Amino acid sequence: MTFSDVLRQRYRDELQALAEAGLLKQERTICSAQGAEIVVEFPEGAPHKHVVNLCSNNYLGLSSHPDVIDAAQQGLLNRGYGLSSVRFICGTQDLHHDLERRLTIFLGTEDSLLFPSCMDANAGVFEAVMGEADVLIADRLVHASIVDGMRLCKAQQDTYKHSDMAHLEEKLQFHQDKRARLIITDGVFSMDGDLARLDRIVELAQRYDAMVCVDDSHATGFIGRTGRGTHEHCGVLGRVDLITTTLGKALGGASGGCVSGRRELVEMCRQRARPYLFSNSVPPMIVAAALEVLKLVQAGTERRDKLEVNTRYWRRLLREAGFDVKPGESPIVPVMLYDARLAQLMARDLYDEGVYVVGFFFPVVPKGQARIRTQLSAAHERHHLDAAIEAFVKVGRKHAVLGKSRQELLELVGP
Amino acid sequence: MDELRQVILDYVTREYLEEGDDRVVGVDTPLISSGIVDSFSMVSLKLFLERRYSLRIPDADASTEAFDSVERIAALVERLGGVPQPAIAGARRQP
Repeated sequence: MTFSDVLRQRYRDELQALAEAGLLKQERTICSAQGAEIVVEFPEGAPHKHVVNLCSNNYLGLSSHPDVIDAAQQGLLNRGYGLSSVRFICGTQDLHHDLERRLTIFLGTEDSLLFPSCMDANAGVFEAVMGEADVLIADRLVHASIVDGMRLCKAQQDTYKHSDMAHLEEKLQFHQDKRARLIITDGVFSMDGDLARLDRIVELAQRYDAMVCVDDSHATGFIGRTGRGTHEHCGVLGRVDLITTTLGKALGGASGGCVSGRRELVEMCRQRARPYLFSNSVPPMIVAAALEVLKLVQAGTERRDKLEVNTRYWRRLLREAGFDVKPGESPIVPVMLYDARLAQLMARDLYDEGVYVVGFFFPVVPKGQARIRTQLSAAHERHHLDAAIEAFVKVGRKHAVLGKSRQELLELVGP
Repeated sequence: MDELRQVILDYVTREYLEEGDDRVVGVDTPLISSGIVDSFSMVSLKLFLERRYSLRIPDADASTEAFDSVERIAALVERLGGVPQPAIAGARRQP
């Protein structure tokens, strides 16, 4: 027996330690399609519960859109279920090229390459384009997948304080002796919901001869006047060298991601990015559905406009109720509670009141920065948000957090 | 405090504390276990030390334990035979 009792006990102890530290993740089972309102079974075996969903990345409400489902079915019927191959052997269909062309046009770049996910795109892109003589300079709050991708790359690595342009400039000066510099940032930061200062970053990149890579997963489809992303919002369309993004959030929410940008950099990924080279092709039905999503997104801005209205409304409701809300303009709206236990207790009580949210705490966010992250969707109607704020106020009163400053909230829970 | 520890302490304070962060960092203050420095941003410190003291810190030595206080970092630099170099352009914020 290779999995001995000693080994089994070791893993049990590790899992127990996670549970005791309050770090064990438990999945809640959704028994409906994704949407503004979902049916959830939690804990296992409990009666199904209808809840307002404030924690999905379904920003444009397209995850269960009938046209998207229909396009997926057509893709399945016309091009089959799977490719049984990686892209470069016998796994590239006309649909893959169509989607890459459409993404290139939408993102305003020169070329695009599909990956199984944006996690894979980030895991592969840096190693493919940067070598030992180069340096990667990343914002300290970039997504975990970027951190992993950087670790797989042989280039030197450095970081700058979150959105601190003076610090980034120092780093660019410090690394002038390298062959090439690549600045890496999220477009919208997933935990705080704030936007990168891409206009300033691009300006600095130009001054110090650096390239720029943006992970726009929490932006593609809705940030910017026509939803093309943070680069559109910041007025630097066509001036960002690499964009990584996902089909797994606003763009239908199934799976898949891409690297998009300068033609030569994308081609380097096609030749060298290991997650691209050694993963199966994105399935035809997902590609077909994503093509339909792009058509819907480019046909008009109603969905991203509604998302913007919903976000403003929700922020106002929270502020007026006395919650401490991180300022920002993205549909990621963190309700700050600072204490991990308080965030967990409130998330649990909100679920009991019919609102599905999740508490985030260290190590996902810095110590003393625990919060409930709420996320808006174009699928939300006013009545969803009105019901949700009622629950937030009730639970907020129960825990006496309304109208409290950070200091007062920390004093509330004690050391 | 000797110059080596002072230089590292100054760098850590400047590099990792945000404006308005009133935490006081001393030579024995835990850096990583307290959350002031995380394993990702630790690379900046390693790069600084390598250039400032003209040395190469092997990955095996660049552990979170070895970087967990100014004192431990200084001991590592001393053990690896670091030689101070002139101040680095771009390493100090312009006034």
